[in-house]
Amino acid sequence: MPFLPTNAHPPQDGHTKPGPKSKADLFFSFSVLALQGFGGVLAVVQRELVEKKKWLTNEEFVEQWSIAQILPGPNVVNLGVLIGQRSFGVSGALAAVAGLVTFPLIILLIIAAFYTGVSDQLWIQSGLRGMNSVVAGLVIASALKLASTLSKNPLGSFWSALIAILTFASVAMLHIPLLYVLFVIGGASCLIAYRKTVIQDKLGSFASAKESAR
Amino acid sequence: MSNLDSLNSITMSALDWVHLFIHFIELSFLAVGGAISAAPDMHRYLVVENHLLTEAQFSSSITLAQVAPGPNVLFVPLMGWNIGLNSAGGIQAGWGAWGWGLFGAILCMISIMLPSSVMMYKVSQWGHKNSQLTSVRAFKSGLAPIVIGLMISTGWLLQKGQHIESSNTSMVMSWSLTALSALLVWKTRIHLLWLLGLGALLGALGIF
Repeated sequence: MPFLPTNAHPPQDGHTKPGPKSKADLFFSFSVLALQGFGGVLAVVQRELVEKKKWLTNEEFVEQWSIAQILPGPNVVNLGVLIGQRSFGVSGALAAVAGLVTFPLIILLIIAAFYTGVSDQLWIQSGLRGMNSVVAGLVIASALKLASTLSKNPLGSFWSALIAILTFASVAMLHIPLLYVLFVIGGASCLIAYRKTVIQDKLGSFASAKESAR
Repeated sequence: MSNLDSLNSITMSALDWVHLFIHFIELSFLAVGGAISAAPDMHRYLVVENHLLTEAQFSSSITLAQVAPGPNVLFVPLMGWNIGLNSAGGIQAGWGAWGWGLFGAILCMISIMLPSSVMMYKVSQWGHKNSQLTSVRAFKSGLAPIVIGLMISTGWLLQKGQHIESSNTSMVMSWSLTALSALLVWKTRIHLLWLLGLGALLGALGIF
């Protein structure tokens, strides 16, 4: 039977590879990771957790990262919850998230306090405005990088582009609250994706049935 | 000196804090693709409708959080910090203002992170067992283009937010810098710190 759904991801018992040793290990590992993340953390997360710590394989990382990305919430915080939960349950998740935010928040508030003191200096303002223009570019670039994954999306490029543009127009141009955008455009998009996925699956199993009949 | 960043004195009643808390709880459930996806909606709520933050405070919160190490979601507690300071009459009001800033930061951080984290926790428990279900796959694919549209909106609003009092030339320069950095980050592996440094330098030299 060639097309029985194979279980590509057997439940992990946690003994096959090194995981976090303790909650303190989780806390400090995630602190170290967070403190290296300037502008974006994806590259740092992969290097720390997969290459250095070997808590995850690359495949597991991609899969968990996509779950962390799809669910609402900050991606790296979601990933911390996921990894913490797998090793130590609720307290593991708390340790990982606390590690991610504690030291960076302290640093950020110190920077912000200094910034408030000097924010009336013209050159500081314009310097920050310069960085702001760059940050706008960084956010757009991340979107463009993610857009390349749309070519594999069952929606197809026409629908994907249309939905992305409609979202942009409603949010950035018309200032429609996110809630409505997600329910209306998001709902429609998921329905179209559902239809297309069902069709693709049918075609796929039809093709493999023909294959095995030969 | 422009009055862009001049302090925005506001009064926050207990009820206003509760509303803020509830609004961020709601946004936490909606922030697909990261808290930054919810930034346009925060802008609507905090700047346009309730005037809790100035345009400059809003943009600088995002930019400072992006420039500093750590998860980008920390721009949310930083906004809370600013709201707390505004409500106490600014940082020069002394320790009381610091206390309110800290209160605002922690309130906003908890409200934006707790709901999504609990949801993530539950899903993680549910495991990967159901990842092959058609509905799960359709949900993932359906949201992907939305996430991209929201991220572009965030970049757009960040860029637009700073042009309240700018001249046309500075606007062209600033958009060009945004386009250049987007292109470089998209197509090369240049370290982000170089670009941020370049932006700071060009800005401080008065290009904009």
